[in-house]
Amino acid sequence: MNNRLRVLRAERGWSQQDLAQHLEVSRQSVNAIETGRYDPSLPLAFRIADLFGLPIEAIFLRD
Amino acid sequence: MARYSSPAIRRYSRRLGGCLTLYLILVFAMGWLFRHNPPPAPWNVLLAILPALPVLGVVWTVMRLLVEESDEFWRMLFVRQALIATGFCLTVMTIWDFLQNYDVVAPGQHGFGAAFFWFMGLGVGAVWNAITLWRAEKAADRA
Repeated sequence: MNNRLRVLRAERGWSQQDLAQHLEVSRQSVNAIETGRYDPSLPLAFRIADLFGLPIEAIFLRD
Repeated sequence: MARYSSPAIRRYSRRLGGCLTLYLILVFAMGWLFRHNPPPAPWNVLLAILPALPVLGVVWTVMRLLVEESDEFWRMLFVRQALIATGFCLTVMTIWDFLQNYDVVAPGQHGFGAAFFWFMGLGVGAVWNAITLWRAEKAADRA
């Protein structure tokens, strides 16, 4: 699944570690999600959406 | 593997250390006892099983890690590692069984039981996870 996480993070000037701290996950989790190697669970996807103030479908895109 | 620590991993490390210490103590103690003063039945059965308990404790420790780890990506990696270990162990033991069935290898386990190969499988799974993390880091560098 594609996503815009890297772009949204960059817009805020956050590092992967910064985003990981906001989401209370590991930096490796953020990296794996950003690079499309791991699709987050629905609860984590909602946390990401809430953090950026966007609907899930504006962050995670169909292949 | 990338550095990662969590309360669940610290508990896992403590439990693992305790189980391995207990295993070493029991395996040497029972070895000495059975060589020098073999206990009568039924105590011999109970005492012979004792060193197996910390090994079961290691399996329980790994299962607790899967339950307690709160980072879902790392939990997925640990689950995959345990599945690889289980598959590796079943593969080795099944092949070994058939080799014994047809008298290609000598009967008996020669000290290498299922737990030994499951722990080896955890090592294989750890290497697989390290490769996954390395590839993810490389992909991030390219982006």
